[in-house]
Amino acid sequence: MDATGPLSSDGLVQLLDHQGNAVGDDVYSPYAAHLTPDDLRAFWRDMTVLRSWDLEATSLQRQGELGLWVQSLGQEAAQIGSGHALREPDFVFPSYREHGVAMTRDVDLVEILRIFRGLQHGAWNPQDHGFHLYSLVIGTHALHATGYAMAMDRDGLVASGHPERDGATVCYFGDGATSQGDVSEAMVFASVHQAPVVFFVQNNQFAISEPATRQSRVPIADRGKGFGIPSVRVDGNDVIACHAVTQWALQHARSGNGPVLIEAFTYRMGAHTTSDDPTRYRSKAQETYWAERDPIARLDAHLTQRGELSDEFRALVTAEAKALGQRTRESVRGWERPATTTMFDHVYALPHATVDADRAWFERYERSFADVEAAG
Amino acid sequence: MSERLTMAGAINAGLRAAMERDDKVLLMGEDIGALGGVFRVTDGLHKDFGEARVMDTPLAESGIVGTAIGMAMRGYRSVIEIQFDGFIFPAYDQITTQLAKMHYRSQGQITLPIVIRVPFAGGIGAVEHHSESPEALFAHTAGLRIVSPATPQDAYDLIQQSIACPDPVMFFEPKARYWVKGDVDTERVRAQLDAADGEAAATAEMASARVAREGSDVTVVAYGPTVRLALQAAEVAATEGTDVEVIDLRSLSPMDSDTVVRSAKRTGRVVVVHEAPTAFGSGAELSARVTEEAFFHLHAPVLRVGGFHTPYPGATFEHDYLPSLDRVLDAVDRVMRH
Repeated sequence: MDATGPLSSDGLVQLLDHQGNAVGDDVYSPYAAHLTPDDLRAFWRDMTVLRSWDLEATSLQRQGELGLWVQSLGQEAAQIGSGHALREPDFVFPSYREHGVAMTRDVDLVEILRIFRGLQHGAWNPQDHGFHLYSLVIGTHALHATGYAMAMDRDGLVASGHPERDGATVCYFGDGATSQGDVSEAMVFASVHQAPVVFFVQNNQFAISEPATRQSRVPIADRGKGFGIPSVRVDGNDVIACHAVTQWALQHARSGNGPVLIEAFTYRMGAHTTSDDPTRYRSKAQETYWAERDPIARLDAHLTQRGELSDEFRALVTAEAKALGQRTRESVRGWERPATTTMFDHVYALPHATVDADRAWFERYERSFADVEAAG
Repeated sequence: MSERLTMAGAINAGLRAAMERDDKVLLMGEDIGALGGVFRVTDGLHKDFGEARVMDTPLAESGIVGTAIGMAMRGYRSVIEIQFDGFIFPAYDQITTQLAKMHYRSQGQITLPIVIRVPFAGGIGAVEHHSESPEALFAHTAGLRIVSPATPQDAYDLIQQSIACPDPVMFFEPKARYWVKGDVDTERVRAQLDAADGEAAATAEMASARVAREGSDVTVVAYGPTVRLALQAAEVAATEGTDVEVIDLRSLSPMDSDTVVRSAKRTGRVVVVHEAPTAFGSGAELSARVTEEAFFHLHAPVLRVGGFHTPYPGATFEHDYLPSLDRVLDAVDRVMRH
């Protein structure tokens, strides 16, 4: 498509073309050279299971089991490719659409739905997964990722002389978030402290209804230059390229060379959330154009051409996805509502008189109905 | 051991003690390094602890709070200096949507023991945005603790207790009181924090009000910059035969209204004095609580003395805007006559 600025495809790193043919890149191919057919099948498996589960969650929302669902549809390559470049002690700061990255950090996808069923605001222990809670206030977590990275540096986890021990943070956000002051401030702090943070922008072309051209006149990766942050644009629907570029960025950051900005150019194939209606602001033609560039189909074609995707493996993955769907449905419907008084828990780490008084009042209030019922 | 210190000196000494106690304690802020802060509260700390622990930050308040949150997730305890009260608003989002809520939204898995020091309130003839009292905006947010010292002793104790507290604490420093001296016992809080349950004991004490003067006719409640004013009013009222009790709240979140209610039940009359605008302010909260809990003991409505529902005016007018001795005495007279 003829597009400019943040919607152009200028300068995208690509290691698979749209038909799934391998493409060489002098700089980044070496960062994908370690990938075996098994690794690529694992990518395909993750992307396939993720999409199936994502559609399952959408169905659950339509059935009234979830209050809201935020699909990752179409962004599987950017998330799975980059997520698999991470290791201990790297730490991820996601926004709220990074279910694929969560998957690579061994977060149980089913548990994520506790948030969207309105049971709690966080559904996993960030320390256990090196994966922070979702951040719903756009761009706020870019600063947390930067501060965490600054602390990793203090703690001797950067350029330690033992590369296998070094770490970095990766902060995921979208094209809309790049307009937030917090994101710019994060880049200032990261740059002047040379903090080991990788800003991974999934430019999915929309901030709900607003096109990326409402956020920027230039490709988003260009923002890095002003902060002195090395930047790269990558085809976000090319899982191999996303992986390679993230490998490079993480090595750069872990080695003490400071932050990196990655712009993964992709497309939000679904709605912003289940409350959104994309037919009001984008064309069917555009959706068709991007459906033809589906990230899973691309890897599928690549593996199929090379005879690396057997019917047997496909069947295994299909069964796995089906089983996850079933477990998802059963778990979500089976979750019990915690006691209402748990809403007073964890406001503070130590007792606070106002919370205690509110809880005590509420408990008396609840008991007053029990007394009436007993008397009745 | 007792030392004679200004409030600024007491905060400085308290910061030093906290940094010596725990090497995870860091200072972050604008101009707090070589300069020692625009009020010199961090004077000498950069020299003694170095750039790694006394960090001059980019001029981005949201950035300071946000990066401190990330650092706290790896165990660091940042003490942030916001240069002036009116400059805190770029950080309002990080403070209210992130810092205040992280413990809750993580089911207690993430604690953020961050202290935000805010030189606040007026009376120093400053330009716009340098004399504001935004404490109620933060007291309204669950997850934050809000304290304000009125004396060098409380400044010394409260800053160390705030740093030891596992919850985020907003520490409002009455800038007009920075240079007033007082005797400071430097041993007591040290012993408290050395004890096995130091954090909990410190946090509980931090939340308690202090009866600054005992009296039987009227309870005047104040905090931070207005405590001295309340005490002056009590002295004048005494010459007119009115015995005023003065309570220094010290903490707004939580607010130790029990101490005020006990006093109100004896005196039957309450006046609350703060520099912040009275509309929707801390005094309104206190008034509501006293009315709910001591209604049949009251001889008069609870009166508020404070700033007006205007932006902080030019310095020429600030002594008419701020609660004055006359306005406090006027309120005392009104509750006595009621």
